[in-house]
Amino acid sequence: MPDPLNCRELVELVTDYLEDAMPPAERARVEAHIATCDGCDAYLIQMRETIVALGTLPADPLSREAEDELRTAFRDWQAGQAPQP
Amino acid sequence: MDLVRQWSPSMLRVARMYVPSQAVAEDVVQETWLGVLNGIDRFEGRSSLRTWVFSILVNRARTRGERERRTIPFAALAREEGEDGFEAVDPTRFVSSGSDIGAWASPPVRWWEEPERALDSAEAVARIQSEIDKLPEGQRLVITMRDVDGLSSEEVRSALDISETNQRVLLHRARAKVRKALEDYYADA
Repeated sequence: MPDPLNCRELVELVTDYLEDAMPPAERARVEAHIATCDGCDAYLIQMRETIVALGTLPADPLSREAEDELRTAFRDWQAGQAPQP
Repeated sequence: MDLVRQWSPSMLRVARMYVPSQAVAEDVVQETWLGVLNGIDRFEGRSSLRTWVFSILVNRARTRGERERRTIPFAALAREEGEDGFEAVDPTRFVSSGSDIGAWASPPVRWWEEPERALDSAEAVARIQSEIDKLPEGQRLVITMRDVDGLSSEEVRSALDISETNQRVLLHRARAKVRKALEDYYADA
């Protein structure tokens, strides 16, 4: 039976856990700890919610002018790719 | 053009971290797409198209940032940014002695069980954004590309030319800080 993790150790493993970047035995230790620890369970859920929240940050689209210029460039490029008559 | 519309907002956000203004970032994104068109014959399909496009973007943004004197050396990206002994959670929140050493002394609370502290999303978003703006460059790039823009770890690793482990360390630190910012936000709410 490997040494159980404590909470302070566990919080440093959360990213490896979520990234699935740990050996199965280590993963089992993490899961065994979380199963019996409300604090770490809450921490993990907070982390997942943080990641979800990060995904909601708004992004600016390209300006109209820039998009129009690119549209023209794409059209010219496609015309250049077409077989010459 | 669908891809242009789909990817450009993320590309702008990444470019903006290297160059001093939104206008220059737009230039970089435009140049990148033109470069993609001209070089598509050289795309060998060894990585995903998105990885390839973001690699071109990062290289162009870096070159442009150098010209505008706002560059991040790759070496600096790869370093763990002067945070020796980084801890994801303030050590005073854990029991410091006795048989319970390392256990939570002040455990995190479940946000969703406290509906009275319901998240005002505009405010939380502002809080997250300001925390991201404060991160060291490498952490800021990695968390933005991974969690904000949804690129895979492989895509981020290739575009930034850093190791998988390094990518994960930067992500770990960045996420820990944003989580803390949100926790503080809920505690104040």
